[in-house]
Amino acid sequence: MSSKEKEYKKVAYYPGCALEGTGHAYNRSTKALGDALGLELDEVKNWNCCGAMEVKNIDPKVQTYLSSRVMSIAANEMGHDVVMAPCNGCYHNLKKAEYDLQNDEGSKEVVERISKKAGHKTYEAGQIETIHALDWIKDGIGEEGLKERVKNSLKDLKIANYYGCMYTRPRHIFPEKDQGEGSESTSEPHFMDDLLAAAGAENVDFPLKTACCGGAHTLSDSDTSTLLVSNILQAAEKAGAEVIATECPTCHSGLEMHQIRAEKKFGRKSNVKIVYFTQLLGMALGLSARKVGVHENISDSLGMLKEKGIA
Amino acid sequence: MRSLDEIGAALEASGGSATDYLAAGEETLCHWIQARGLDPTGEEREGFRLLALHRQGARGEPSFNACRETCRELAYHYNLLALEPDHADVGKRLEMMRLIAMHLYLFVSGKMQVEGLGEFCCASRPLRTGT
Repeated sequence: MSSKEKEYKKVAYYPGCALEGTGHAYNRSTKALGDALGLELDEVKNWNCCGAMEVKNIDPKVQTYLSSRVMSIAANEMGHDVVMAPCNGCYHNLKKAEYDLQNDEGSKEVVERISKKAGHKTYEAGQIETIHALDWIKDGIGEEGLKERVKNSLKDLKIANYYGCMYTRPRHIFPEKDQGEGSESTSEPHFMDDLLAAAGAENVDFPLKTACCGGAHTLSDSDTSTLLVSNILQAAEKAGAEVIATECPTCHSGLEMHQIRAEKKFGRKSNVKIVYFTQLLGMALGLSARKVGVHENISDSLGMLKEKGIA
Repeated sequence: MRSLDEIGAALEASGGSATDYLAAGEETLCHWIQARGLDPTGEEREGFRLLALHRQGARGEPSFNACRETCRELAYHYNLLALEPDHADVGKRLEMMRLIAMHLYLFVSGKMQVEGLGEFCCASRPLRTGT
């Protein structure tokens, strides 16, 4: 067993707000996948919002504090040294907080001041390693480990893997990426591709895997978001994909909702299905579609997955 | 130089060449750079003016890096088509290049429309503000 496999066997789990709402299927499938793989998730007690986009855009240092509090509880109250955040926004913000606390005195001061006021131990950079659900499976189980456990191959399923923008940008807050063989790439991420290929799927060559979906402006400028998403969906279909695999609740719900809006508002219909990678891996391990929450997705993929013998 | 609307309309219709789509990408970036009061560079980076233009457009505006990989994919597809003009997948590659150029157009034109509304890219504002 490698050191990562040991470290990731039991990690602190930070679901974040979206996974209790629109991304509930991601929460359900991540937990089910962990159970099936023997990976234990210990949910961070009394966790708070990571600061998301809203707080970050008003006061980035307060966002750093909010993210640091989650890491402080995991490290100082629960004794963990790894936090797994499946949401790209949470993952990004915890990484950014870590970077800020290592490099910015102003952020350290603010975090210390608010932590004291809030009555908890101040988080210190280096106490926690924040990982994404993709790292958790990739390093905790690995492709070979997955292959051994596959009961229901995803063969014949053509997948476009969509990582979105926050999983890799900006590069400097992800120092473990771009470190050569075995590490994730910020320009051409591949962890999701690797895991789904290990489960038997055929990944299509998809050039828009990190392209902007306009998520930040989905309310203020919905048409631009819809057109960007519609273009991503169209490109996935043209690349031959039947499914777009996602690893972020915001990307996932954006793709689902704008797929419907693109048809209604612009007459741009697309048939590609949108499914979380954790749902696909769960079904490959023999879990039922219900167990991984396929019925909770807006994009109705059940019929297609049944036809393929996956669900 | 064509207007952004004309570029969008040209990209909407398929049938262009790799050179057309690369040019559409360059023109799109020129609009962004000019809107910021700068002269678009004539230099190249890694053999592509497109990449030099992107770099120029992102200077002082980190959120513009959200289209960095899109520009690089456009250059990659241009190379694929230029180096393997008789490949069996030429039609598919051209169509993909059109969609990549379209994405760049949608991103840049969207970003220009919402300048008054706030940051387009959720990932980068704290960097721009120096935290």
